[in-house]
Amino acid sequence: MVENRPFLTFLTHAVIILGLLIIVFPIYVAFVASTHATEDLVTTVQPWFGDQLVENYRTVLTAGKINAGGVPVGMMMWNSLVMAVGIVVGKIAISLLSAFAIVYFRFPLRMTCFWVIFLTLMLPVEVRILPTYKVVVDLGLLNTYTGLILPLIASATATFLFRQFFLTVPDELAEAARVDGAGPMRFFLTILLPLSRTNIAALAVILFIYGWNQYLWPLLITTETNMTTIVMGIQRMLYVADSIPEWNLTMTTAILAMLPPVIVVLVLQRQFVKGLVETEK
Amino acid sequence: MQKRVTFKSAWLPYVLVAPQIIITLIFFIWPASQALFQSMLVEDAFGLSSEFVWFENFEELFTDPLYGESVWTTVVFSVSTTFLALSSGLLLAVAANRVIRGATFYKSALLWPYAVAPAVAGVLWLFMFSPANGIIALALDAMGYKWNHVLDGEQAMLLVVLAAAWKQIAYNFLFFLAGLQMIPKSLIEAAAIDGAGPVKRFWTIVFPLLSPTTFFLLVVNVVYAFFDTFGIIHAVTSGGPAGATNILVYKVFNDGFVGLDLGGSAAQSVILMIIVISLTVVQFRYLERRVQY
Repeated sequence: MVENRPFLTFLTHAVIILGLLIIVFPIYVAFVASTHATEDLVTTVQPWFGDQLVENYRTVLTAGKINAGGVPVGMMMWNSLVMAVGIVVGKIAISLLSAFAIVYFRFPLRMTCFWVIFLTLMLPVEVRILPTYKVVVDLGLLNTYTGLILPLIASATATFLFRQFFLTVPDELAEAARVDGAGPMRFFLTILLPLSRTNIAALAVILFIYGWNQYLWPLLITTETNMTTIVMGIQRMLYVADSIPEWNLTMTTAILAMLPPVIVVLVLQRQFVKGLVETEK
Repeated sequence: MQKRVTFKSAWLPYVLVAPQIIITLIFFIWPASQALFQSMLVEDAFGLSSEFVWFENFEELFTDPLYGESVWTTVVFSVSTTFLALSSGLLLAVAANRVIRGATFYKSALLWPYAVAPAVAGVLWLFMFSPANGIIALALDAMGYKWNHVLDGEQAMLLVVLAAAWKQIAYNFLFFLAGLQMIPKSLIEAAAIDGAGPVKRFWTIVFPLLSPTTFFLLVVNVVYAFFDTFGIIHAVTSGGPAGATNILVYKVFNDGFVGLDLGGSAAQSVILMIIVISLTVVQFRYLERRVQY
């Protein structure tokens, strides 16, 4: 602080507290709703917590919302988890390998490979919805975990991140490894991989959130209800014809949908911030 | 770009890049070229035969008033979301940068909405504005303002903008805060000694020095508003009422998947592709300049 201005300090705290309230308020409202019985929410607003918390969460996790198909949310969360972890592991694995090849080898087509990978940046799912869907159908991957995960693991950002990092690794390490008779894979596994630990951790946090929060892709690829992920499954709970909207159950699902990624961000905050800043370089 | 010390192998590098390249070719390059090709085809109603029509699909698209409306809706939605998310992020970052006590707590507390999926953020806001039982909708009712986004297009737009911006504030906050912390204290102190007040210091020193961060965030936020908000639109309004929130990404999905208009949807995909490519080019050209700065 440059000078002491009590009014400005007051204003600063006021702005932050107001900001915090705006950030937290929607979550508070949702959490309160998830602790009430359906009838208490039809035409009234509940300002404080009810006593149906355990009941609602148990219903949603084990049975789901009956009049919206009754898919247990526990199963949806399992699908989301498999998808998110699959994307984390797959993306990191293939990006590490291709970055290693591009940095540590000279081969014809090296630049071609580099540009092909670069192109993925410019082709998000949204711009090629139908043809990609057709490819997945032709390969028989509808309603499979492979179909959910595989098309999303190609990644230019992760490859560039590792390439950038490999370029900062001292040449002497590779030289020493070679003198000692280590082949390229030995060098990769015993030297490069341990050195990349912090980068991998940071990227894993970002990718877990990315994978868990996927919406459009699971919407296209899963037609069977037992394969739905929680983030897209919640949409099917919103519009149910001819019945009272069970907002308590929908909000319970919303809380459950954001819990895992929010916990990851709060617990692994350092890695999260590092990953966020580095993937955007 | 490359190491002085490299390994030698005739086959190993190809094996290493193979998984990435194969997935890219099958799920990215091939479908994208299919989209390009299909954008110049017209299929008959049963999908039995198709005819090559060059740019007819594009001509149709550009003369279609519905497409024009969708472009306008996208512009309104992206500009409002970007402006709201950027200005709130900056305001909070400036405040958090001034705070000494409790700075870490504030930072953690403001960060986590980044982890909430756009669709879930949409559902949270939908509930608060639900006409029959939403806390804000009923409060507005009590003040004499009738809220019903299911019927009112402008209110529907406001709702999706609020939800989209709410989720993005955390991201902008983080980057603005990092940018603010890089500004040398001596500059601010010198200006203060010369008699510039806090407001003047902000607009003549801090804000111009933040411009690389602001520009970078501008691009990221526009990309977010264009593409990542599909979940919000799909879950909250489904493009309605009467197309009031039918942004381009939602229209591609809807025309192709629900309306089954392959040529038209492919032509829209190609236009979106051009938008992404130009945004990426802008981002990368700017990044080069930032290295020198």
